[in-house]
Amino acid sequence: MILRTRLEDFKNIGYYLGRIMIGLALVMLVPVVLGLAVQETNPALDFIISLEITLLFGLILMKLCYTEKDLNWMQGMIVVSLSWVVAMLLGAIPLYLSGHWKSYLDACFDAMSGFATTGLTLVQDLDHLSLSHNLWRHLIMFMGGQGIVIVALSFFVKGASGAFKMYVGEARDEKILPNVIDTSRFIWLVSVVYLVLGTLALGVVGILNGMQPFSAFFHGACVFMAAFDTGGFAPQSQNILYYHSLAYEIVTMVIMVLGALNFKLHYHIWMGHRKEIWRNIETRAFFITVISTFFLTALGLRLCGTYPEVGVIFRKGFYQLISGHTGTGFMTIYARQFINQWGDLALASVICAMALGGAVCSTTGAIKMLRIGIVFKAMTEDIKRIVMPERAMVVERFHHIKEVFLTDKSARAALMITLAYLGLYGLGALVGTYCGYPFLQSLFESTSAAANVGLSCGITQVGMPALLKLTYIFQMWAGRLEFMSIFALAGFFVAAVKGK
Amino acid sequence: MIKKVQSISFFLVSLCLCVFVSLCCAQPVSSSALINNAKDYDGKLVEYSGEVIGEVMVRGAYAWANVSDRDNALGIWLPNDLIRGLLYAGSYKSRGDTVAITGIFHENCPEHGGDLDIHAQAVRKISPGRVARERINFAKVNQVVILGGLCLLMLILTLFKRK
Repeated sequence: MILRTRLEDFKNIGYYLGRIMIGLALVMLVPVVLGLAVQETNPALDFIISLEITLLFGLILMKLCYTEKDLNWMQGMIVVSLSWVVAMLLGAIPLYLSGHWKSYLDACFDAMSGFATTGLTLVQDLDHLSLSHNLWRHLIMFMGGQGIVIVALSFFVKGASGAFKMYVGEARDEKILPNVIDTSRFIWLVSVVYLVLGTLALGVVGILNGMQPFSAFFHGACVFMAAFDTGGFAPQSQNILYYHSLAYEIVTMVIMVLGALNFKLHYHIWMGHRKEIWRNIETRAFFITVISTFFLTALGLRLCGTYPEVGVIFRKGFYQLISGHTGTGFMTIYARQFINQWGDLALASVICAMALGGAVCSTTGAIKMLRIGIVFKAMTEDIKRIVMPERAMVVERFHHIKEVFLTDKSARAALMITLAYLGLYGLGALVGTYCGYPFLQSLFESTSAAANVGLSCGITQVGMPALLKLTYIFQMWAGRLEFMSIFALAGFFVAAVKGK
Repeated sequence: MIKKVQSISFFLVSLCLCVFVSLCCAQPVSSSALINNAKDYDGKLVEYSGEVIGEVMVRGAYAWANVSDRDNALGIWLPNDLIRGLLYAGSYKSRGDTVAITGIFHENCPEHGGDLDIHAQAVRKISPGRVARERINFAKVNQVVILGGLCLLMLILTLFKRK
């Protein structure tokens, strides 16, 4: 029997949603300050309007739904899934007001793409966008990468036990420290430390590349946020190709890989346990999948003779591949070059890399390395069971921070999420094909959206059908939250209609 | 007979001229055409025009300028003496110089790690850039004031309820 949703459920959800909105409004102060500092008056006004609208909705919800009760599991999950939708709707307001997005749907597309750290974009004339709007595009990636709720947990929620429910709902099932709020704060500490170091590195490389100091550091900060949070936006329309610099590409590759690592692994490395890098199932799986998908990409590029030189195959092939595998979506080629020059084998390898993703509890999307490792171990266990005598006890284990025995429950959970992702990739590919695009291209773009990557083969354009825009928005949302919160939201609606 | 020889020689001279012009003179082409038909244009002299965007990045005796024709921006590799006339690059606060670049197009430039680029031989300024003056949008100012008032009212109501 499904229990009917009660008014109390709505009040709890509304109250916490209101708090998250107020958190979002406060973050909008950052581009307001930048806009005023660099004398971009109209962009600053766009952000003040958006800030006020967000604050107003937040205050109304908090007043109407005022409660002192804590969240239960279902409510926590629903707060998370709805907070991403609300963040998209409110975060899109300043983008739309700038006039660089053709419709509010396009602005919502970019806002979801930013929050979900995807990187697909429908912006028009990006090269003339204000610094404030550009900062906002990257800031929403920084927030989304860490998790919108993590922002709220770190700064606006004090000691609520419901915090853990929201933390889990945001696709982070691993606690680094015993307390979830401390964990959130640690994630922010890691991110801010890398932000400073990464911005410095990219800023210095930018200056050496001939950029003006202010612009070099501004670009450095934006590109860092997009790289570490495996987002893929960049301040200029050519993405990373704008810089024409090998050094810039190397630094961004290092940052992308850092962003694709588990925050728990960062913690252990910071604590001096460096051997964990080599022993962890995720880093091993990541290494193996990067090597194998790159081998196939290089073979594909070699076969179609696109890049005659090995160095160029590495620079172009490996960069797009690692960008896709980490879920970043930075590009040093034009979108149509994937179709015109890369050939089907190289394209299929990049699709595989995008579908796999980085580590759990990182800023990446997609299936993720822990699940790939577990599914592989489960398959090995089953094969061993068939091959070995019936009485033999077959036990598989793996190292993930500590030694873990493989259980049927963990294998089932990993397989379920893997299948859900494969279904999501297929859904977008079918809709793309229905809209008239070739299947391989549709699969490429769909995987990129659902795995929160951002590489594009040219389908994502202002002129693409609204149905496809909505499908990609859904894919980015579901892919980022790893389904559980979305299932909970669907269950909530079912309970509201059919519950007794 | 003489007339026949004259017409044949006229035809041959015209043919030679056509071949010479097509080989030595640049073809004006858009960024989309270059990207979509990169193989056809690879190694050929092309003329590409658009607005200089971002900033010109000097690298020793050469520099990178990115030029956008509104569809895409392409990287232009040019000697420093060709950038002297470039005063504005497009951004929020300025419209960049509009230039016509004549140069060799590369599908995968071997000198620049496989970048799709143009090595400029000549730069002609079509129209100069300018500072883009921002006019304050007073409709937005009004919205800020009204929404600010509503926020303040809501904030007071919320505080009142708590007490």
